[in-house]
Amino acid sequence: MIVAIVFFLVLIGSVVFHVLTPWWWTPVASNWGSIDDTIILTFWITGFVFMAVGLFMVYCVWKFKYQKNRRSEYKPEDKKLEFRLIVITTLGIVALLAPGLLVWNKYVTVPKDAFQIEVMAYQWGWAYRLPGKDGELGKVDIKNINDENPLGISSKDKNGIDDIIITDGPLHLLKNKPVKLLLRSTDVLHNFYVPQFRAKMDMLPGSVTYYWFVPTKVGTFEVLCAEFCGIGHYAMRGEVIVNEKKNYNEWLNKQKSYKQSVLKSFHKHKDHKHKDHKHKGEKNV
Amino acid sequence: MSDDFPEREFGIKTKSSEVSDGEYASSREEEHIESQIPEQDLYHPKSFITKWIFCQDAKVIGIQYSITAISIGLVALVLSWLMRLQLAFPDVFFSMGPAAYYQFVTMHGMIMVVYLLTALFLGGFGNFLIPLMVGSRDMVFPYVNMISFWMYFIAVLVLVASFFVPGGPTGAGWTLYPPQAITSGTPGSEGGIILMLMSLSLFVIGFTMGGLNYIITILQARTRGMTLMRMPLTIWGIFTATILAMLAFPALIVSCIMMTLDSLLGTSFFMPAMVQMGEHLKYGGGSPILFQHLFWFFGHPEVYIVALPAFGIVSDLISVHARKNIFGYRMMVWAIVIIGALSFFVWAHHMYVSGMNPWFGFFFATTTLIIAVPTAIKVYNWVLTLWRGNIRLNLPMLFALAFIITFVNGGITGLFLGNVIVDVPLSDTYFVVAHFHMVMGIAPILVIFGAIYHWYPLVTGKFLNEPMGKFHFWVTFLGSYAIYFPMHYLGFIGVPRRYYEMYNSPYIPTSAEGLNQFITIAALVVGFAQLVFLYNIISSIKLGKVAGKNPWQACSLEWQTEHVPPQHGNFGKNLPVVYRWAYDYSVPGAKEDYIPQNVPPSEVLGAKVEKT
Repeated sequence: MIVAIVFFLVLIGSVVFHVLTPWWWTPVASNWGSIDDTIILTFWITGFVFMAVGLFMVYCVWKFKYQKNRRSEYKPEDKKLEFRLIVITTLGIVALLAPGLLVWNKYVTVPKDAFQIEVMAYQWGWAYRLPGKDGELGKVDIKNINDENPLGISSKDKNGIDDIIITDGPLHLLKNKPVKLLLRSTDVLHNFYVPQFRAKMDMLPGSVTYYWFVPTKVGTFEVLCAEFCGIGHYAMRGEVIVNEKKNYNEWLNKQKSYKQSVLKSFHKHKDHKHKDHKHKGEKNV
Repeated sequence: MSDDFPEREFGIKTKSSEVSDGEYASSREEEHIESQIPEQDLYHPKSFITKWIFCQDAKVIGIQYSITAISIGLVALVLSWLMRLQLAFPDVFFSMGPAAYYQFVTMHGMIMVVYLLTALFLGGFGNFLIPLMVGSRDMVFPYVNMISFWMYFIAVLVLVASFFVPGGPTGAGWTLYPPQAITSGTPGSEGGIILMLMSLSLFVIGFTMGGLNYIITILQARTRGMTLMRMPLTIWGIFTATILAMLAFPALIVSCIMMTLDSLLGTSFFMPAMVQMGEHLKYGGGSPILFQHLFWFFGHPEVYIVALPAFGIVSDLISVHARKNIFGYRMMVWAIVIIGALSFFVWAHHMYVSGMNPWFGFFFATTTLIIAVPTAIKVYNWVLTLWRGNIRLNLPMLFALAFIITFVNGGITGLFLGNVIVDVPLSDTYFVVAHFHMVMGIAPILVIFGAIYHWYPLVTGKFLNEPMGKFHFWVTFLGSYAIYFPMHYLGFIGVPRRYYEMYNSPYIPTSAEGLNQFITIAALVVGFAQLVFLYNIISSIKLGKVAGKNPWQACSLEWQTEHVPPQHGNFGKNLPVVYRWAYDYSVPGAKEDYIPQNVPPSEVLGAKVEKT
């Protein structure tokens, strides 16, 4: 009796917790509200199964308690029942999977007008590159990385000269403009993750990965590294600021291109850029 | 050797023809059937050393495996306390620093998955139960079996040694992803990781010796009448899990070797060209994703290597203590086999956001969700076994019931993570941590506890203390549910895993800190409850109530031995002959509510048996 009651309370408690919880996802700030919808759908279907199985179990425990003079039912198999259960479960799985795959298809299909931004991760910080006036990102090679050229831009590619480089400071995005983030890393695995945008993808040294989204809310958002990257992983934070057009352009005009920053650093002490780089990581720690 | 062969083949043939018509067996109940092959020669121990240390008796080896696994598991338990204290009360009791934190996380994970769960289910329960349950005198290769344990023991020692090398153990996370696992930004990237890779390789070598034993014993050394479709589900679970292990562990050992070469000899299997802290490293051309594919080709079946024995054991616990046959036995067997086979086609669902080709997402989401169907069937059949049963609410049954709740809970969150798009926001958050702890931490460990309460009377001849057991059960079940159920909601907020410290991230409500502290306190309480369990295990050897023969009135063969606890060689002069499946409970017309597997039909004439 007590056992059945406690198990019952565990089940009811789970539902109550779910209804009353103050811990829920952040308001979505991108076009990926459809991901939230698939989670809600999954909740309803799986939550129903959890409660159905649990309550059935509790009922059995309460109803069929051991009695010396009673015998269990003897029924090794029931093909009809088993077949029905398989069909129902399969339908449930299809109901979960089909909408999920549709949204995934959107997630991996980047719209043509998406603005390309490169995010480069390193232990432990972020650097960004935006295309310059030509609208194209120049080629990069990890071999070119040095103090003056932290992103390894290839000097042979004309498109790279006017690329805008942001090594310190937040990334600004334009509200309602689709962006495709091109993700790469110079050292180990990282992951560019903003909880409010819902999207996520690992960054690998040696290849370029991507995801896309449309920022839909003006505001400042925290960037977290979501793939373990060594001892400073927890401190690898950054900031993304989503602006309306006016503020965005103001910010953009202040940014330096590759050409400008090379010229600038030419006049400074040779090591400065490198130190600056490191210093930022430490500040975060 | 070649002379033996025809004789053996003959022996097997005779055996299977005997099996095919179980009906006529009733006519010659007392008749002793001469063995077609000579009895296995067992090495009988002559001294303390050959009996308890270098022992060839599978039962003792099973106990050795269990003691070693539980001991190293306690280390993992303490590590989990330390990291929980850091997460909830940073700098209150001590300050550990991120390096130690990551080392503890890594060692906790690796110990629990490989050195505790795998070793305990297959090395511990497998060794003890396989020969007894299939009616064999011992494993087919007792000497190799002994070496298997000692390899495992050395693997554990090497693992522990990594705590004492300069730089400490590896802090690369239990997945050991390169490049960070072997580069300088990660704690233990010099000595620690090498010892970890060596230890894993030794584990795989030792496990292969044991695993071959389990498989061949189950296939070749079953007693007369023990057809595959009469075996207890415990054996089916262990059997299938061992086959998975034989196919999956090679992927682990090759990736260990390749990473060792990357680290020591400067090869670049997994290492692309890198610039670390402004320095160009000498690597180039390797692929970090390749490691992930190899690792998860091992790692996903590994989940089922732990889960399938748990499925099998819990089926038997439920059936015995509900006094009812397991519902849909044949479906249960096929579900185990199908889950095992499918588990090799789902590995990349751990890699949805790894940067592999996103089109793989469609394939692996589909296979992953398909695997939910046979798994759900198993759950239905467990609860349907309770339906119209005669349920004894003793300790093994309580643990089995708690397993069903936690497993279903952890299983459905698997449907979140397996569905590729839902995984995107939730991956690498506490939702994942909560999910895998519920489904492959708590659930299988509840089965282990249930199994220990169930088979302890067979191992020692004594019962475990009941009030202590009840305390242990309620604290463990309710406590761990209170730890992991709310933890999912931290994941919904988006709190990332493997964070030494969260600071005051603006998107996390301050109340989440309170939840974190609650979880830590619950973890400490649950941990301490295990001390009661340990005390119970040790003290009951002397003080426990004497159990006698077959105290649970079970049908399977391990309870039908001549002596309790069973002696070396397991059965008396003659091996038992099996006439029925392991689940003849509450057969109408039978006098008792159970008919052991070795009772011939002639002794239970009135029984209306449907399935034999």
